[in-house]
Amino acid sequence: MPPGPDQLLQMYAGMLRVRLVEERVRELFANGRIPGFLHTSVGQEAVAVGVCAALRPDDYVLSTHRGHGHLVAKGGALRGLMAELYGKANGVCHGKGGTMHLADASVGYLGANGVLAAGCVLAPGVGLSIKHRKSGQVVVTFFGDGAANRGPFHEGVNLAALWTLPVVFVCENNRWASSTAHALSTAGGSIAARAAGYGIPGESLDGNDVLAVWEATARAVERARRGDGPSLIEAHTIRWVGHFEGDGQAYRGKAEVEEGRRTDPIARLARGLEERGLLDAAHAALIREGVVAEIEDAVAHAEASPLPAPHDALTDLFAYYPWRD
Amino acid sequence: MPLLDFGDALNLALREEMRRDPRVYCIGEDIVLGLPFGVTKGLIDEFGADRVLNAPISEAAIVGSAMGAAVTGLVPVVDMHFADFVTCAMDEVANQIAKSRYMFGGQIDCPLTLRMPYGIGKSGGGHHSNSVEAWFINIPGLKVCIPSTPADARGLLKTAIRDPDPVLVFEHRGLYRVTGEVPEAETLVPLGSADVKRAGGDVTVIATARMVHESLEAARRLAEEGIEVEVVDPRSLVPLDRDTLAASVRKTSRVVIAEEGPMRGSTGAWLAWVVMEACFDDLDAPIARVAGPNVPIPFSPPLEGFVTPTANDVVAAVRQALK
Repeated sequence: MPPGPDQLLQMYAGMLRVRLVEERVRELFANGRIPGFLHTSVGQEAVAVGVCAALRPDDYVLSTHRGHGHLVAKGGALRGLMAELYGKANGVCHGKGGTMHLADASVGYLGANGVLAAGCVLAPGVGLSIKHRKSGQVVVTFFGDGAANRGPFHEGVNLAALWTLPVVFVCENNRWASSTAHALSTAGGSIAARAAGYGIPGESLDGNDVLAVWEATARAVERARRGDGPSLIEAHTIRWVGHFEGDGQAYRGKAEVEEGRRTDPIARLARGLEERGLLDAAHAALIREGVVAEIEDAVAHAEASPLPAPHDALTDLFAYYPWRD
Repeated sequence: MPLLDFGDALNLALREEMRRDPRVYCIGEDIVLGLPFGVTKGLIDEFGADRVLNAPISEAAIVGSAMGAAVTGLVPVVDMHFADFVTCAMDEVANQIAKSRYMFGGQIDCPLTLRMPYGIGKSGGGHHSNSVEAWFINIPGLKVCIPSTPADARGLLKTAIRDPDPVLVFEHRGLYRVTGEVPEAETLVPLGSADVKRAGGDVTVIATARMVHESLEAARRLAEEGIEVEVVDPRSLVPLDRDTLAASVRKTSRVVIAEEGPMRGSTGAWLAWVVMEACFDDLDAPIARVAGPNVPIPFSPPLEGFVTPTANDVVAAVRQALK
């Protein structure tokens, strides 16, 4: 069933939330409020939101180094996220994970990841567990086009296909493996075409079209829930920002970012909603106001939160560990 | 008490834990047939193909999927086939499994067991013979045990499976057919509990796995000369039972540390520091060490024999510690 008006507006607000979170986080990083190596997903919002809109709240997501958007789209609380990005004690991971290594198990977000394609081999195990528990859940693992050249991508797809596991592999192809162009890193060109080698459906689509992403994911999720196994989706999108904050991007010209702005997934959905009479300027402003208020609440929360006590570096290693190490 | 061999004791532990907890499953290469060392033999008949998963030769997927399953409600027991092959899944072990609880601020349990058949012997050569336990004690977030007897093997594997955190169980492949008494009653061996395998007042030998047996042989020979050796088996390296090691060293004042892997940056080097820190004032001689030379394991029998630490090496080290 295609998404109804409410769901479309939720997708619109969802993409806006991801966009504004990322832009605010970039600003906070530039102002020295957030430490670390920051990778944001500005421009790629339609993939995160289109995929997660097709999921149940109890479904699982495995994410990447560029993972804030996936968490926000999966329903992760902004306060916990923001405090974690600040490295605060009440961050969702108590300040131990930060931007690239955070998880929020309460919404099935099983982890960003500092290692590319790492989630591709974790996903079949989540699928095994789902199958064993007969819970009808699915697991989505996001990865980039660069990650599709690592062994775990192939091992993970092979195992999930071999054992007919409820996994959806979602490649966010933003054309760049860090600073190396897709054409210079990826033989054969298409990542979706690799699915054929494993006997599973593979689909290449416009990742800046949130409805196309939603539709393909809904199909893959339905197949997985039916017990028919995994699918591979390659969503073509454009990263408006550098690989990391501070990336000079000497490897690409301005034209690509301009192309990204022209195909802005948020503006695109807004136009569609306006044409259908579901959104007007006043409504859009109201939605934006609400999202900004949520984000500012999270930022204020993070600012006001305490830093961890230094010796808390020694906690959370094991469930119990009464011994001296 | 019935006699069982080390491999059968591990098989018994797997059966007991799989009966107790339906979330426990085994995964690995060729495990339906019980290859390569017979530990998983027959499990398929009792537990079926849903719980005894013959995986493709795909170590990253085997180990990675075990983590995915562990963090979402199952209790995997991975058979690494040969511990040497863990290099093909090193990201999964070192970056993912070991760090999952810590990085995520304690949100996630990762109750999985990696069974690590390892060790020198029978001309296994460079990719099938290495003692790699030292790699893993250097990775915070992993527990590491290394049994020497059938009873300990069963008891430690059972504890590992029940532990809410990842545990590696190093099973020396030269011990699989060694027999020993195994209690009829279900018996667990806690992690962090060393065992004195032979009492003696002159020298403490701290030894792991196969080197426990070599050290006991050395102790028998030295006893004929009136030298009484105490053999202490830490049984788990993480957590480590420092108290039992220190109590023995305070009694004897002389220490030998015996392991099979290469000398440099090893388990024995770590244990030597632990002993030195706890017992510096009690030591009457420098700590002596038995370990392999810093070379890969060679194939040809005389070469392999040359790099294999034995009872002879332990005897020589005890004499050195007595100087």
